[in-house]
Amino acid sequence: MKGRFIFLLALPLVVGVCQIVPGPAWAQALTECDVPNRQNEIDFPLPQVKKAIAAKHLNVLVLGAGSSQLPGPSGAKNAYPARLQQALSARLPGVEVNVATDVKPTRTAVEMLKTLKTSLADAKPALMIWQTATVDAMQAVDPDQFSHALDKGIKIARSAGSDVIFINPQYSPRTESMIALATYVENLRWVALQHEVPLFDRFNLMKAWADLGTFDLYSATKKLDMAERVHGCLGGLLADLVLEASKASVPNTDSGREPGK
Amino acid sequence: MAPVPTERDLRLDLFRGLALWLIFLDHIPSNLVSWVTIRNYGFSDATEIFVFISGYTAAFVYGRAMAASGFIIASARVLKRAWQIYVAHVFLFAIYLAEISYVSHSFDNPLYSEEMGVLNFLNNPDVTIIQALLLKFKPVNMDVLPLYIVLLLWFAPILWLLLRSPSLALLVSAAIYTLSWMFEWNLPAYPSGDWAFNPLAWQLLFVFGAWCALGGAGRLARWTKSRVVVGLAFCYLAFAFSIAMTWYFPMLGAYVPSIVGEAIYPIDKTNLDVLRILHFLSLAVITVRLVPPDWPALKSPLCWPAIVCGRHSLEIFCLGVFLSFAGHFVFTEVSNRVFMHVVVSLSGIAIMVGAGALISWYRRIERQGSGPRPPATKPGYAGSEA
Repeated sequence: MKGRFIFLLALPLVVGVCQIVPGPAWAQALTECDVPNRQNEIDFPLPQVKKAIAAKHLNVLVLGAGSSQLPGPSGAKNAYPARLQQALSARLPGVEVNVATDVKPTRTAVEMLKTLKTSLADAKPALMIWQTATVDAMQAVDPDQFSHALDKGIKIARSAGSDVIFINPQYSPRTESMIALATYVENLRWVALQHEVPLFDRFNLMKAWADLGTFDLYSATKKLDMAERVHGCLGGLLADLVLEASKASVPNTDSGREPGK
Repeated sequence: MAPVPTERDLRLDLFRGLALWLIFLDHIPSNLVSWVTIRNYGFSDATEIFVFISGYTAAFVYGRAMAASGFIIASARVLKRAWQIYVAHVFLFAIYLAEISYVSHSFDNPLYSEEMGVLNFLNNPDVTIIQALLLKFKPVNMDVLPLYIVLLLWFAPILWLLLRSPSLALLVSAAIYTLSWMFEWNLPAYPSGDWAFNPLAWQLLFVFGAWCALGGAGRLARWTKSRVVVGLAFCYLAFAFSIAMTWYFPMLGAYVPSIVGEAIYPIDKTNLDVLRILHFLSLAVITVRLVPPDWPALKSPLCWPAIVCGRHSLEIFCLGVFLSFAGHFVFTEVSNRVFMHVVVSLSGIAIMVGAGALISWYRRIERQGSGPRPPATKPGYAGSEA
């Protein structure tokens, strides 16, 4: 599957323009599970996170469905929210990092909104990480309804004083012909752009892992070891995105970030 | 009554055949070869070509039947065709069930516990199979045939109107399209949401194809041949291409003014976005200019493989959907290397061409075997279908 990479690398040469724009900042820290030339992520500033880090106390809320957790007794410890907390704590010495979760399987974006206000009140986060779209695609929810739920969730989180990051669906090769993700991935991306919400592009990241052979995502197994390593990588790379976005300069005030104003 | 053309335009079969190949390539998830298909370089994709040409050929075949044998006979033939497509759809659903049942018993991975939930519908087949027969439950990539069925169900009255007042029929179609946008009309789907291809919107392209077949193309020729229109079409294709490039190189997105972004996104496939129609029309204008009806290559062996597929579009479409299931199965079970993507894509197209040739051969011997037919049933039907 390296062909796509050759293709993706060859086209910019034709287009040429790409080289003018500096590459993403995380290209400098290539860990074992990072992939070269990862370019599909959108990063926008996270002013609340910046403030929270300056105040030495960072609360994060992960809002998600089944792909934000792992089964088994040590599932919570090994799933990406806990790994994110580890990675952030290690990278931010002296800052107290807490990652709370509001995660239940088979929830659509609309269903997640129901518990959102209570979860925000409990966790008081400076950052809400919202993993969604998989269940919406599986249930073929009306794409407009999905986008409206995202709009609403962003507004609720921001009015509670929290920044937002989106995580899009996992790349799942075996079920690829059964779940039509494309529309939902596109809508998620579009809402992220409109509201200047950073997007953690889990889908293309995992696809690159499958192409590069980092992980064998086709394997049929009941064992948890690969799933745990995947979540470890997701947590670490998510921490990269949070730190990069919190360093990015913030234009004006918060009100300047609402589209249409 | 509008005149009904007499000779089948080989370009229709050629481009429908090509569209069928592209649909096959696009339907194999993560297929590297699908980088060649047009959906990556603009707004519209092979579905527009398929629906437009299907409308064109439906008007061509049944328009002649309606002129010759009257409304009742032609309607009966249109409905028979809709029934054939329904049976084909149910057949494909059976294949899909076989695939999904296999996957549900052979694949387990804690990483994908959420995604495996898509197989849960096997737990209550009493509901899902009935919903599938009602065309409400449609698995991924099985949306085109139900759309085609609905389009044919109301085609007879539209055709009647097209033969009497083509402009009025086109206006009615455009009005339905507009109303479906204004009031968000669509058919309901199971378990939630609406049809992925809204028939109330997509009928516009089908009826427009029919309108072109019944003399509209001739009336438009003055426009489609004008340099200004060709120039505009070319500019629009260039615009769509540059927007499409930002999907693959997000850093290029910085060069797209936010006003443009706000105006064009989201590009709605379900409801056949105007941007998609314009893109298809631009492609059509340029294609018509580059490929005249009497283009010698149309009769050459080079074009034959696509033409033979386009001529038997229903059979080849179904085969293509089956082959795309099978292709994805090969990727997951055998190998997922680049080489395999090329092999699967090329052999899939080769099988489609072989099947098209086989069907043509069958039609020929059946016609010979059944002796000379009464001429009344023959016009417009020999070796062709809507």
